Amino acid sequence: MPKNNPAKPWRVIPGFGLTLGLTLGWLSVLVLIPLTSLFVMASGLSLDQWLAILADTRVQAAFRLSFGGALVAALINAAAGLLVAWVLVRYDFPGRRLIDAMVDLPFALPTAVAGIALAALYAPQGWIGQLIEPLGIKVAFTPLGAIVAMVFVGLPFVVRTVQPVLEDIDSEVEEAAASLGAGRWQTFTRVILPTLAPALLTGFALAFARAVGEYGSVIFIAGNFPGLSEIVPLLIVVRLEQYDYVGATAIAAIMLVASFVLLLAINGLQRWNRDRLSRGAA
Amino acid sequence: MIEVQNITKHFGAFRALDDVSLVVPKGKLVALLGPSGSGKTTLLRILAGLEAPDHGRVILDGIEATEQKARDRGIGFVFQHYALFRHMSVADNIAFGLTVRKGKDRPPRAEIDRRVGALLDLVQLSGLAGRYPTQLSGGQRQRVALARALAVEPRLLLLDEPFGALDAQVRKELRRWLRRLHDELGLTGVFVTHDQEEALEVADEVVVMNKGRIEQVGSPAAIYDQPATPFVYRFLGNVNSLPCAIHDGRAEIAGLSLAIEAPNSGGEGDGIAFVRPHDVEVRPPSDGLPRAVVEQLAILGPVVRADLLLPGNISIEVELTREQQNHLSLAKGSPVGLSLRRARVFAGA
Repeated sequence: MPKNNPAKPWRVIPGFGLTLGLTLGWLSVLVLIPLTSLFVMASGLSLDQWLAILADTRVQAAFRLSFGGALVAALINAAAGLLVAWVLVRYDFPGRRLIDAMVDLPFALPTAVAGIALAALYAPQGWIGQLIEPLGIKVAFTPLGAIVAMVFVGLPFVVRTVQPVLEDIDSEVEEAAASLGAGRWQTFTRVILPTLAPALLTGFALAFARAVGEYGSVIFIAGNFPGLSEIVPLLIVVRLEQYDYVGATAIAAIMLVASFVLLLAINGLQRWNRDRLSRGAA
Repeated sequence: MIEVQNITKHFGAFRALDDVSLVVPKGKLVALLGPSGSGKTTLLRILAGLEAPDHGRVILDGIEATEQKARDRGIGFVFQHYALFRHMSVADNIAFGLTVRKGKDRPPRAEIDRRVGALLDLVQLSGLAGRYPTQLSGGQRQRVALARALAVEPRLLLLDEPFGALDAQVRKELRRWLRRLHDELGLTGVFVTHDQEEALEVADEVVVMNKGRIEQVGSPAAIYDQPATPFVYRFLGNVNSLPCAIHDGRAEIAGLSLAIEAPNSGGEGDGIAFVRPHDVEVRPPSDGLPRAVVEQLAILGPVVRADLLLPGNISIEVELTREQQNHLSLAKGSPVGLSLRRARVFAGA
């Protein structure tokens, strides 16, 4: 008698039911139940109250800064992170390993520390602030400050996703492009960039998500002027401090849905891009 | 005509090429043959402009090109591991060299499509234009790489171990196909290989390289029949190298006495005689002949390989047909007489 049911495919790790159950249970406890409770709380609002929240210019401004700023920061990080990854992979120079390690600092540093440091640097009397202030550029205590903090926390995501893919690119591919008559720029835009695109997109998405959720560093440098340099997470805290729990959860719920939709869209873009690259590949 | 003159190239302290000069005649397919580290790939890369020589010159069709960039040389390069653009379809890969051209040099889209179609026919991949490299077998990928290189109508096609990553059967097919393709298109080509069979089968001319130098240049027959140096003898095919003493124009190998082939040894004293296994004639033992004993016998399809033991414990490998073996009724331990049809002696080697 065969011990295994021949109709079932053999798997290295047995127990699909068990593992899926654990996965769902774990996700429920940590993610799904807390998020559901958010919606349950927020559902206490009437339609008028929802409309009132959405019509509030302070709320609108906060959303604009949180998502707009995060988008700008992620775009900046995509470009800067690609550059950093490129330098780390393609060139060998003294201190390369040190810089490589430094890239991860924003992961580890308490964001409040980063925020205080950035605020001190970019304040009108700060080292960088006093240089750019005469040029009419104000960073600290403006929306620009929020974007600077968002760039800071998001950088490692792009570097760390792009770096391994860049390391994998065979120099022969570039040589092949050159021997076919492509210039440096053509080789970069037509050969290297498309190969990096999926990783770059992933890094962009992660940096964006991180910037949307960032709190600690932004509140120290942005100045948090209502309607101007106030981010959504701070607005939620403000509402909580005013004992407006329903208002806070409503804003949080909107933020959650918006983030989810955006991440889903980015995910779809990634999938489309990946499928395009390896259509039907075995 | 493609020419390199006095090329020297170092990688750190390692001398990859040492004063190498070579002419590739128009329309010929030339093999650079040598063991790994012999400098053959470096020479190929210098021709392509992917590597710059320390000294020496590269001359393409009579024009100095040493300083010219790879992209301006009009040389097609096929890599051992294909180096296809994996985010592009087969058709886009092949079209790449045309679509990166600028302004009036770029053919119209319809013309590019036509040429891609023609090249796909040429490399027998007509149905696969829309596939991606990851969906192809190794042999198919290499043919795409070849079509991609041919699309720009290069004046010279370079192939770096083009079949090295393929399995034996595919390799055999592809190299015959490459030979036919070369005869059809009449292009000038240089390919690198460490496989002597491949070099002898495919090339018009073989350049044997060793330790950054050229040992010999010649037709496959000439390289095999008249190796110029002990290295070439050893590298091309199976050969017995027997220590011998040279005296008065004769070489003495453990009781076998043979006449030196005139011009090349020119010495007295110790030397080495090279004898191909099929150049040893095995006969029944008789008085006038040197004697040996059959030590090992292996039947390899149509041929029989035997190790014979000469007096003085010198072993010599011979090859004979099954017919000859039956005729002599050879078996392990049989005494035989032998003579050499052809041998070559190098003094001092």
